[in-house]
Amino acid sequence: MQDQDVQPSGLTRRRVLGGMGIASLALMSSAASAQETVDLHVPGGPSTRVITTSYPQKGRMILQRSSPPWLETPFEVFDKGVFTPNDQHYVSWHWANFPGDIDVDSFRLTVRGLVNQTLSLSLKDILQELPRFDIAAVNQCAGNSRIYAVPRVAGAQWADGSMSNAIWTGVRLKDVLDRAGVRAGAIQVRFGGLDEPVMEGAPKFLKSLTIDHARDGEVMIAFAMNGEQLPLLNGFPLRLVVPGWCGVYWVKMLNDIEVLDQPDTNYWTATGYRVPDTPYNTVKPGETGFKMVPVTRNAPRSFITNIRDGDSVPAGTPASARGIAFGGDCGVARVDLSIDGGKSWQPTQLGADQGTYGFRQWQTQFTLPAHGAQTLMVRCTNTKNVAQPDFRIWNPAGYMFNTIETTHVVAA
Amino acid sequence: MLRAVLSTVTVLGLALLPYPGQAASITTLKSLKLDVPTSDTMFPAGPGSDAINNNCLACHSADHVLNQPSLSREAWQEVVNKMITAYKAPVSPDDAKAIVDYLVRTKGTS
Repeated sequence: MQDQDVQPSGLTRRRVLGGMGIASLALMSSAASAQETVDLHVPGGPSTRVITTSYPQKGRMILQRSSPPWLETPFEVFDKGVFTPNDQHYVSWHWANFPGDIDVDSFRLTVRGLVNQTLSLSLKDILQELPRFDIAAVNQCAGNSRIYAVPRVAGAQWADGSMSNAIWTGVRLKDVLDRAGVRAGAIQVRFGGLDEPVMEGAPKFLKSLTIDHARDGEVMIAFAMNGEQLPLLNGFPLRLVVPGWCGVYWVKMLNDIEVLDQPDTNYWTATGYRVPDTPYNTVKPGETGFKMVPVTRNAPRSFITNIRDGDSVPAGTPASARGIAFGGDCGVARVDLSIDGGKSWQPTQLGADQGTYGFRQWQTQFTLPAHGAQTLMVRCTNTKNVAQPDFRIWNPAGYMFNTIETTHVVAA
Repeated sequence: MLRAVLSTVTVLGLALLPYPGQAASITTLKSLKLDVPTSDTMFPAGPGSDAINNNCLACHSADHVLNQPSLSREAWQEVVNKMITAYKAPVSPDDAKAIVDYLVRTKGTS
């Protein structure tokens, strides 16, 4: 235990968390001074969260959990452009036991299992010996917007900010697998990072992709985002980028790739992160008897970013609406706005396409005809012609919510 | 109309952000040695607070729980069961009961 200073909001610092997280919980009183907070406007609460600036390489973030960190991107960031600044890219870890100290010279990425040749790649090998590419992609937690589930469900109580977009730079997973030489009979590829469970016997965080997906030429081993090396909390020095797929697959601090000849049976692949196998993964609360399947692809979403719930908008005169959308596992075809509660829809103008899997800006003008309470809704239709649904998606774990967003305003 | 045109220009200007970096120029990475905060916050005192403090804070900070919604006894029981069976929290049956009771008392549905 070392270098512990008192931080705002009861946060204390640790360098490397040992096997037992409790050892680093400093017995200091939390000096809760005046703290900036944000109201997430959730019925039933708790609705208020602290805004923290205490995490390394991170700016203002919504503190959802101190340890292991769940740091949410404040929503106003999404109004500033399609690429989320690295210091406000959301953060989510499953286990508290991950290093704060990473030496780039000794770090190795192992490629093993059903391959002709086990590899132990240095960062120099990866940065200097393999072709690199860029891809824009939204990293979204499967549980984004869980806090708005009705009825509420347990889990990370994310509002809408466990999503972030970046231009990722790295090498093709396919090229790395080819270098090792995948042997016949390979079924899946499993990914692990430097994070370790705190409790003995607990399942190490691992995720797997099918061999065909792993070799599709888009799945990336990323070493940079938005032109800079990854922040520690976003997976330095390497993370998997699986464009169009939920963030849980984007294994951070990636140091182990194992080619499997059998389906992965580890907890995180075989048991965790399950949704009902129903259209839109939705069921009625209390309903039973449905099959559960893993979360996989993102679904289309869109948000108004310049008008917030409760805002006042002038009536009878044109006003501007703008926001962001993403297609999920493909591009954005269109974004439509409704000012009458979803009865009619008007098209919006899309901003420049800065990458199929990234955020896309949209904007339009609208005129609210009458004074009083009004409802704005925004709907993304993706290039596979899948649109956001108008009914409220619900499932027991609060995953994959992509219902059309509604913003209540007052026309004045 | 002029106003509408102006705001359109403004929004498109936002969309036309420059390429945010020159990734191709990165040839080496720099080692990091950073302190990551943890939390020393304990659960509010009351019946069962010793059990929840002793069993739960090894893996996650108290705000993980304190930020959860109010849930039914069945839902809290399910959460505690998952921590024990899936995540291998070594919680005794007595403590598990005390933790569920604590959660229902402090974060239960009426």
